Amino acid sequence: MLGDVLAWLADHPQAFEAAAARHVALSATALAAALVLALPLALVLVRWDRAAGPAIAAVNVLRTIPSLALLAAALPLVGTGFLPSVIALTLYGLPAILINTHTALREVDPDVVEAGRGQGMTDRQVMARIRIPLGLPVIFAGIRTAAVQIVSAATLAAFIGGGGLGELITAGMGTLNIAELVLGGLAVAVLAVATELIFAALEWGVRRSTGAAA
Amino acid sequence: MIRLENVSKTFPGASRPAVDRLDLDVPDGTTCVLIGPSGCGKTTTMRIVNRLIEPSAGRIVVEGQDVTRADPVELRRRIGYVIQQVGLFPHMTIAQNVATVPQLLGWPAPRTASRVEEMLALVGLEPQQFLHRYPRHLSGGQRQRVGVARALAADPPVMLMDEPFGAVDPIVRAGLQAELLGILRRLAKTVIFVTHDIDEAIRMGDLVAILKDGRLVQCARPEALLSAPKDAFVADFVGADRALKRLTLTTAGEAAMAAASPGAPTVTATTTLRDVLSLLLASGADAASVLGADGAAMGTVSLAAIRERAAARQS
Repeated sequence: MLGDVLAWLADHPQAFEAAAARHVALSATALAAALVLALPLALVLVRWDRAAGPAIAAVNVLRTIPSLALLAAALPLVGTGFLPSVIALTLYGLPAILINTHTALREVDPDVVEAGRGQGMTDRQVMARIRIPLGLPVIFAGIRTAAVQIVSAATLAAFIGGGGLGELITAGMGTLNIAELVLGGLAVAVLAVATELIFAALEWGVRRSTGAAA
Repeated sequence: MIRLENVSKTFPGASRPAVDRLDLDVPDGTTCVLIGPSGCGKTTTMRIVNRLIEPSAGRIVVEGQDVTRADPVELRRRIGYVIQQVGLFPHMTIAQNVATVPQLLGWPAPRTASRVEEMLALVGLEPQQFLHRYPRHLSGGQRQRVGVARALAADPPVMLMDEPFGAVDPIVRAGLQAELLGILRRLAKTVIFVTHDIDEAIRMGDLVAILKDGRLVQCARPEALLSAPKDAFVADFVGADRALKRLTLTTAGEAAMAAASPGAPTVTATTTLRDVLSLLLASGADAASVLGADGAAMGTVSLAAIRERAAARQS
């Protein structure tokens, strides 16, 4: 079996590379977009408590929608191809980052915040010097979860013409080419595990640098 | 100088004010301890001074300036602040923690650095040993010392201390109290100090203000509070042993009278009269010889003299 997979890979190196590169591009773009949306939104929600409840609830609803359903639902709205896939994946990765960041910034030890305010820090300084540094490990944990979710879900982008490693799986299924199908599946699995490891290493680095590690 | 004039605070939805038309005057270089049962408004009163809580009514004057409408951020940088849980920044080194206010005030780095070392030495922490450590590496007592060093760093004339020794064990607390007392006297700081421990209040306060239900019941020197409590509430609050507490305010050196008492037990000049009394009761003697720091006899403290001190009206 593995021999068949490697043989297919040797015969179609360009197809594999293109699919893998597309998969990474989809995931990286979606993760970047999710960060750009979720981080500032979390900062706003920490200061604007009344909006936080409804916003978190809405994002939680987003979280419960299965990824394939989200991609399918995006189809009539935004069409097919790279951009619609990125939009759907962004929405998919958003909740983990937003909720973790909001929680991390809110739940910093109140005594430490009180000490900062009492010494004469402005709200902005309390955010920049206390809440964000102390919240970083939890924020990073959210980013790691989102990255892995996005890399996994990007497999489904093939269904709406977004390309990526899912393409190998759908094509393999269509032509009953088991070697191509298995290669696609293995590659996604490896990519997801690699993402997890890379972000875990980053998170560990952050924990160390903030002195939060015991 | 800190002055509160007719200050009130009613929290939204509360049935009665947390602080009710309070007047308080803390002269330069003195420590005023706020004490009372929980919910009496002592912490609220303290937090009104640096405007972590905005008063509903009244006026606050700090160092001759009406700060009721001043910029609270700028005000807080001029007021040292120590809280019970210390609130050291766990992600910053001890040096960075102590440098907080100088840094906010924009001091040049070399001046801040030398000030940080000076402050650590002042609170009894060897700078080179602690500068680059994190709060989690320190004991509770050491953290509390860093908290005091941080509050003193920008040399604020005024300090607020909210149960600063509430989180450390009694033996460490007694040592810290004595050291802090020395530091505050030496630097002539004007301090509002909140505690729920009457012994700590008597020890630390030049003035002790007893609060109840947001109102000031009595504000007086510790001796006056113990010898002439204004009403039953204060008498009850300072405790049935208030005569004994008064004896802790006087040392044998201060009470010694020129007389020789051969064969009497000896005490050092810094022993409190309460401890002298205990020694006399235990040994069955009528008087103790007081020895100075140099070992020379300073005089005698007799049981009769102690009784007189304990019973004396307001001194």
